Amino acid sequence: MPRWGMIIDLDKCFACQSCTAACRMENNTPPAGPEQTGRDRAILWNEVLAFVNGEYPKVEVLLVPRPCQQCDNPPCVHVCPVKATYKNEEGIVLVDYDRCIGCRMCAVACPYQVRYFNWYKPEWPAGMRQHLNPDPEVAPRPKGVIEKCTFCIQRLRHAREKADAEGRPFNAADYQPACVQTCTGHARYFGDLDDPNSLVYQLSRSPRAFRLLEEMGTQPKVYYLKQG
Amino acid sequence: MDQVRESDLERAVLNPLRHTTMPFWLVIAGLGALVALMVVVLVRQWVLGLGVTGLSRPVYWGIYITNFVFFIGISHAGTLISAILRVTQAEWRRPITRIAEAITFFALILGAMQILIDLGRLDRVLNVVIFGRFQSPLLWDVTCITLYLMSSTLYLYLPMIPDLARLRDRWAGNLGTGDWGLGTGVRGQGSGDRGQESTVVRRSSFVVRSSWLRHWRYHLYRVLALGWHGSAEQVRRLERGIGIMAILIIPIAVSVHTVVSWIFGMMMQPMWHSTILGPYFVVGAIFSGIAMLFLFMTLIRKMWHLERWIGPKQYDYLGLLLLVMSAFWGYFTLAEYLTTGYGTLIHEQAVLQAKLSGEYAPWFYAMLFLNFIVPFAVLIRRKGRTPTGTVIASAAIAVGMWIERFTIIAPTLTRPSLGYERAIYAPTFTEIAMTAGSLALFAMLFLLFFKLFPAISVWEVEEGEHVAAVRRKAEELMAAPQI
Repeated sequence: MPRWGMIIDLDKCFACQSCTAACRMENNTPPAGPEQTGRDRAILWNEVLAFVNGEYPKVEVLLVPRPCQQCDNPPCVHVCPVKATYKNEEGIVLVDYDRCIGCRMCAVACPYQVRYFNWYKPEWPAGMRQHLNPDPEVAPRPKGVIEKCTFCIQRLRHAREKADAEGRPFNAADYQPACVQTCTGHARYFGDLDDPNSLVYQLSRSPRAFRLLEEMGTQPKVYYLKQG
Repeated sequence: MDQVRESDLERAVLNPLRHTTMPFWLVIAGLGALVALMVVVLVRQWVLGLGVTGLSRPVYWGIYITNFVFFIGISHAGTLISAILRVTQAEWRRPITRIAEAITFFALILGAMQILIDLGRLDRVLNVVIFGRFQSPLLWDVTCITLYLMSSTLYLYLPMIPDLARLRDRWAGNLGTGDWGLGTGVRGQGSGDRGQESTVVRRSSFVVRSSWLRHWRYHLYRVLALGWHGSAEQVRRLERGIGIMAILIIPIAVSVHTVVSWIFGMMMQPMWHSTILGPYFVVGAIFSGIAMLFLFMTLIRKMWHLERWIGPKQYDYLGLLLLVMSAFWGYFTLAEYLTTGYGTLIHEQAVLQAKLSGEYAPWFYAMLFLNFIVPFAVLIRRKGRTPTGTVIASAAIAVGMWIERFTIIAPTLTRPSLGYERAIYAPTFTEIAMTAGSLALFAMLFLLFFKLFPAISVWEVEEGEHVAAVRRKAEELMAAPQI
């Protein structure tokens, strides 16, 4: 059973945010509009965060693309009262949108704030609506439930189906989330963290590798490679 | 006839049930208007979504959860205080236990309601029962609060049975006459006449079919009194039942506020993930509960004219208890903030600074002033432990404890551990209207309840008077020179 993980090389990332855009198109996250975005209501499963340190003229900015960290020990899963959020056997943390009661306890428990709430019924401008991803697995979520990055799990299913149809065994390289596929600077790597021959396995053991808030013991499966 | 003459106590306690003045209905109408406003904003929130609140990412919880903790906190007024005083046989408790228990009952209902208001998908609330999993602290809350609501309902109801029987007998006299005045037609001694009750039932079947409607109060009391007629066996069983419930309810009440705190304490969030949170919340709950008891007991005392029974003794002793709780609260607050402040953990420091010198500083210092300085200034002297003094201190504490809950919830959420930005939480009109409406609904239910049921446990006060008389007599005999 693979244990899916991601590596993001901060040296290669130049914060173009195409991952954010690709994620939106792949997963049908609704655009919040300027007013709601100003109120911190935007739904961006993959956001590029800016950590600003120091004051002018000595300012350092660290730009960090942040998908769900897909913790192996996810605090969000512990606190869900109805098991609407769970970790599947391949280590991906998912939400059952039909079961979620909207208590937002998982969102409060998540130290990375990667869980997004549908404050209103999601809406798209007519032009964008035509381009929604038709895959039923990413059908627009109803109002009042939590949603989050799934490592594009629908793509995993498609990859498995394709391999089956072609009569060959499924290979970890067949599956890539949209953000990884689209990354302009090839800063993202994706694969099976349990496979010692995989690139992600090796990069996750690089001396440059670190994880966000590692001291909290959440054991994220998204690794970053230090800048510089 | 004995029955015609009511004791002063009975007259004072039962009169508000018989006569209602216009000002009372005006108060109810005012509260009702606030409740109606709440219903409007609530329906709007259900139609549009939680976007109508000031909540955002990462401030996912706000005023609603604050209200939840606040109401569950004041629910400790009652049952816990009444149970502790009962178990320790504090005689002065007798006139105030009923009011305390009613506060618990309604505060719990309002508290549970806040969680329902806060849910994104109220339509799926049954999932908590169908798919509930005990790893989640929310399930601990659902379990403990349900248990507490059931046991405090029983604990409110059991000691009321003899009074309900008394009401049944008083209202029986009005059957068929349409007269809502004094129930003077009941014959027989005391409330224990079986034969009389069956006469009444037979009589009522002759009256128009709408008897149940016209005499709904009699029938309500009759059903609720469960055939109480005051036999020795019934009294023995009732005392036993009350005794068991009084002891059972103490650990249940403590568990309730502990698990409420654990909703926060189990999260690895700065200034929440602290072992002190459970006991801190329990102390705060009893503290705010006593304050709320003072406010409502004084209100009922004034509106129902019960000054003779709820008197200096109750204010003095309960005022001392409030002062002690204020000291406890201050001690826990010091322990919590000093421990955090002495350390250097950056995420905790960010939250602490938000409270000490950031945008939450006004709230934080107001909390210290209202919860600690005001109660001490007022209650430290006996002269301060009067109705006026305790109401001033209690109003301060009620506001201060609401602020305490708010400053525990909001600052932590605005300073996420990842620390790339600060969030701002500004509640909207919807949340404020919902808070005002909830408080109004609470007061309204409480006042209406005591229009239907006696505010003072008549039989327990009578029993207390009896105990006191016997004790006096015994002391006289002991003091008398030996012959």
